Amino acid sequence: MPQVEVEAAPAGSYLYYRHKLPVRVMHWINVVALTIMFMSGLQIFNAHAELNWGKSSYDGTPPVLTISARQNDKGDVTGYATILGHEFTTTGVLGASQAANGRWVRAAFPSWLTIPGAKWLSMARAWHFFFAWIFVVNGLAFVLYAIFSRHLARDLAPTGADLKGIGASIKDHLRFRHPAGEKARRYNVLQKLAYLTVIFVLLPLVILMGMAMSPWLNSLVPGWVDVFGGRQAARTIHFIAAWLLVAFVLIHVFEVIVTGLWNNLRSMITGRYRVTRESVHE
Amino acid sequence: MNDLIRWRRRFLARTAAATSALFLAGCDRLSHTEWFPRVLAVAETWNRGAAHAITTRKSMAQEFAESDRSPDFRSNGTANPGTDEYRAWVANGFADYRLAVAGMVGQPKSFSLAELRALPSRTQVTRHDCVEGWSAIAKWKGVKLSAILDAVQPAPGARYVMFYCADPMEEDGTDFYYESIDMDDAYHAQTILAYEMNDAALPVANGAPLRLRVERQLGYKQAKYVTAIALVDSFGNVAGGKGGYWEDNGYQWYAGI
Repeated sequence: MPQVEVEAAPAGSYLYYRHKLPVRVMHWINVVALTIMFMSGLQIFNAHAELNWGKSSYDGTPPVLTISARQNDKGDVTGYATILGHEFTTTGVLGASQAANGRWVRAAFPSWLTIPGAKWLSMARAWHFFFAWIFVVNGLAFVLYAIFSRHLARDLAPTGADLKGIGASIKDHLRFRHPAGEKARRYNVLQKLAYLTVIFVLLPLVILMGMAMSPWLNSLVPGWVDVFGGRQAARTIHFIAAWLLVAFVLIHVFEVIVTGLWNNLRSMITGRYRVTRESVHE
Repeated sequence: MNDLIRWRRRFLARTAAATSALFLAGCDRLSHTEWFPRVLAVAETWNRGAAHAITTRKSMAQEFAESDRSPDFRSNGTANPGTDEYRAWVANGFADYRLAVAGMVGQPKSFSLAELRALPSRTQVTRHDCVEGWSAIAKWKGVKLSAILDAVQPAPGARYVMFYCADPMEEDGTDFYYESIDMDDAYHAQTILAYEMNDAALPVANGAPLRLRVERQLGYKQAKYVTAIALVDSFGNVAGGKGGYWEDNGYQWYAGI
């Protein structure tokens, strides 16, 4: 985080320039791109609501995940998800759900989680691939910026002291105690590790597994997809990585809210973050 | 104070719900405009360009071991064209079937199945990737498309190979399936017109008597029940003008991803 700019501020607090403009812009581009990728991805998944491990979908082994619906003699529809052989009833959300007009439809993921809302594979693919480019170009720009502006080295890379404090940081997080005052100017160690994992593991993985599903890119070096278990395994990893990103976003947004929604939001919009000079109860 | 917190929470929750509803409605509305899908479609050019930039024209699709073959190769789309003409072909074992090759060629020709079998062939165990997301592996044997092209002498201006099929896509027996590929794919070593699947004559459900295998692309490119080939310099005047049945229905012509 760059140099301090002290401004006229209420007693005991000051605004500090936390996020530079490129980071803020790329953050919000990423929010839009990832949201659209995720939701159009679920619409694409709905075209074949099954996940397999291996090179093909039909190799004699049962699917890892199936989302479907069945109807009994009375016409009642039950949605269900089968994960590794365990079936869960999911009526209303997975398998069978109500569309915006109130009608019950058979769809793996419900219309309020997909782009487009109604079943429409070709349009979902159009959204997915267009925003894939925005997401990848934006992500590469961020990584280059982070390296050359030293954002990565200065703000994201954990220090030795950070790593020694992991245990304490985990305890603090579990108690919803967050660094305040001057300490809040820096990312804490769990925050750094979470960001680094997302930037350098999950996001590259989700991109690579997307490419692994392309029959054309399979011809780059025949067999490279088998390193990940085969094309259908790649599809499964793509799906899991996407949901891990959702898990990250949920935790991220939760932390944003409990550590001061407006202050955090402002710092990602105007760049300015208010540091309160209060003693921290630790 | 508690009231204020509660009011704020309710305000935030409602704002979030309203924002997401607006966002979804907006995306759906954009999907139905003329212009927005055209903007999204530029990604097809980028995908194709990037794929061509990092692979060679002759890059080979992965081939598999016979043991990787799917126990049951799924039939998708048309399982039986069901027209009178097709039924008659099946009845006499495709003895009357002819593959017509025309368009921008020096020597238009038509081939019987026996003549096609006499041309250079290739056998390959490859994976079929459906646009829906599933994959199945089978062994294919067929005549190399390059051998057919060599026999008809393509004109220098020919840019695409069109495939016309015997399966009608409408209930009333109209709107026959068609597809197209470019000349790089047409001359690719693995591009064949398969007449065998898994060491037996190609079954009706999988496109008998002849189906295209263009292994670096998705399933909808693998036209089944092929009855005619035409070399063209543009497919703009054919059917919907997008180069294929599914392309006319919104799918990408470049089906490499």
